[in-house]
Amino acid sequence: MFTTFLRTVALGVRSLLLHKLRSFLTMLGILFGVASVVAMLAIGEGASEEAQAKFLELGSTNVIARSRKPSADSDSSAGMAARNARGVIYGLTFKDLDVIRGTISGVERVVGVRSVLKPTAHGSRNVEARLSGTTEDFLDVARVEIDRGRFLTTSDNLRRANVTVIGEEVRRQLFPFEDPIAKHIAIGGESFEVVGTMRSRGGASEKNFEGSDEDKVCFIPLATMETRFGFIDMQRSAGSRSTEQVELHEVRVRALSLDAVPDVAQAVRDVLKRLHEKDDVEVIVPLELLRTVEEQKRIWKAVLAAIAGISLLVGGIGVMNVMLATVTERTREIGVRRALGAKKRHVISQFLVETLGLSTAGGAIGVFLGIAIPFVVEHYADMKTVVRWDAVGLAFGISALVGVVFGLYPAMRAASMDPVEALRHE
Amino acid sequence: MAVSELGDRTDNAASAGGSAPHGEERPVILEARDIRRSYRMGDTVVHALDGVSFQVRQGDYWAIMGQSGSGKSTLLNLLGCLDRPTEGAYLLGGDDVAQLDDDDLAEIRGQRLGFIFQSFNLILQLTVLENIEVPLFYQGIPAREARERAQRYAELVGLGGRTHHRPLELSGGQQQRVAIARALVNEPLVILADEATGNLDSATGREILGLLDQLHLQGRTIIMVTHDPNIANRAEWVLRLKDGKIDRIEPGGKHPEGVRTPERH
Repeated sequence: MFTTFLRTVALGVRSLLLHKLRSFLTMLGILFGVASVVAMLAIGEGASEEAQAKFLELGSTNVIARSRKPSADSDSSAGMAARNARGVIYGLTFKDLDVIRGTISGVERVVGVRSVLKPTAHGSRNVEARLSGTTEDFLDVARVEIDRGRFLTTSDNLRRANVTVIGEEVRRQLFPFEDPIAKHIAIGGESFEVVGTMRSRGGASEKNFEGSDEDKVCFIPLATMETRFGFIDMQRSAGSRSTEQVELHEVRVRALSLDAVPDVAQAVRDVLKRLHEKDDVEVIVPLELLRTVEEQKRIWKAVLAAIAGISLLVGGIGVMNVMLATVTERTREIGVRRALGAKKRHVISQFLVETLGLSTAGGAIGVFLGIAIPFVVEHYADMKTVVRWDAVGLAFGISALVGVVFGLYPAMRAASMDPVEALRHE
Repeated sequence: MAVSELGDRTDNAASAGGSAPHGEERPVILEARDIRRSYRMGDTVVHALDGVSFQVRQGDYWAIMGQSGSGKSTLLNLLGCLDRPTEGAYLLGGDDVAQLDDDDLAEIRGQRLGFIFQSFNLILQLTVLENIEVPLFYQGIPAREARERAQRYAELVGLGGRTHHRPLELSGGQQQRVAIARALVNEPLVILADEATGNLDSATGREILGLLDQLHLQGRTIIMVTHDPNIANRAEWVLRLKDGKIDRIEPGGKHPEGVRTPERH
């Protein structure tokens, strides 16, 4: 039984090889259909995985409020009022922090962060690093890992201690050969003792989605920052100079659970709307962004499925068309085989095997191409791609299914021919 | 389907054919009993065969003659189990073919019949040996055995050295030899030859007819359809059809005098 099947397959392959060009052209439709589906899925999967990784980096239970410089539009109206001798005043305040902490339920942690760029130096080496003032809770709301030493403590803030925890990039540039722990570095003219170092957060993509280097950072106690540097930040740009006053650049709110995130997000938005007339605060909810990405992914997949369906349908019709022509062309052969003892099912399996051979060969080459294309894209377009093997299997399976579905009719037609008529066929 | 046992054909073969001793009755292996076949063409019914009866005994060599439209092809299709009679019974090896379904007919064709066509009807993408193997393939005979049998019959028809050629690389006579080997390979009850020399020049045609004579002498049962009286004369019996009826059955050139006379209906 099995050897009969193998011989039928061998026979089918030989019939296909008899018309190499025709067979190749016929399988092209399915080939491109499968290749495009596998490739597009890989690229889409890569893109959404990249986006998801970025948002997960922010913490899925977090709600993040950020200070935002009011646009020129609002600057000219309400924003004008806030302009005083010291420059533009905007953004989150300690009051916001207290209100959020005091009035919103379902919140586990509320952490304020103030970030400015400061020149940082050790001996003759120096680097322009982001200086972030925060509290010990920051560890709970961000993906930060201590490599050596410790993070900031409650007492660091209470004592307004001049201590700092440095990022991997800062360590690499300031202490290429020595152990930084207990050394002193100069940040913005003040001396800070290094109490800890952080693991690299960068990995392959060194920039986070804000574009700043996650590893080029120094953490100091928020209270220390307030005392040593104040809230006024001077910026020089192209011959002009401007000053800004921002108390806090970021407030990270961590909800108790994923389920609480939407309510917490809404509450944070409401609170900040009440406290800020100007449009100088934005609220980022990583979970919402994640959901958006997932939604986009779902739409992408639906579109792909439609494209795949159409292209495989077209490919299948092409295969069926050729097989119908083949059946007509080989009418005499069918008659002879029937006269020599072939039953209808023999004829059906003979033609079905040929159609299956065409469609699965097309599917196999298509899968190969579909896997190769993402590699090329990844290499030349610098995009992450993920080839999912279940998608590959599905695409190939569908190509085989196309073979059966579109091969059945020509095969049945061949089998249902009257042997007498078939033998008479010229 | 119950394929009835036929006994060992080769046993009988020794005593069959032209050398059969007088008086010995060889078994009837094919019998037509009042076969009718009609077609509906529009509003009219055409009676292609209108009550045909005859018996063929093992080892017989028959020729069927008749003008076109006489029902020759229809009769051949019925004898070849490619078609079923509208009425009447057709017994082949004891089974009434008229009662069988499509699959059973295919099995009967594969096991009990050998076909030789006017236009050879070889499968062009297959080699000589593979062409000969085709009937065995559909009977599920293992590849190795099929290969051996095909080789044996290729040699029998004188094509032992050309077994890996394709049909189009052979002459017409050689192609017909392949077809004959293919008709023999399943060791059928009856060989049906339809104008087997129609597409060949006369010299090659004679060779092929000689081969058929030889097969007959070896005890094989042959029924051939022809329009050529000279060819028909090589058979033992000549059945003449006219308007779907048997005009007459007469002894042919090879008729062993006095063996028997087929009963007339």
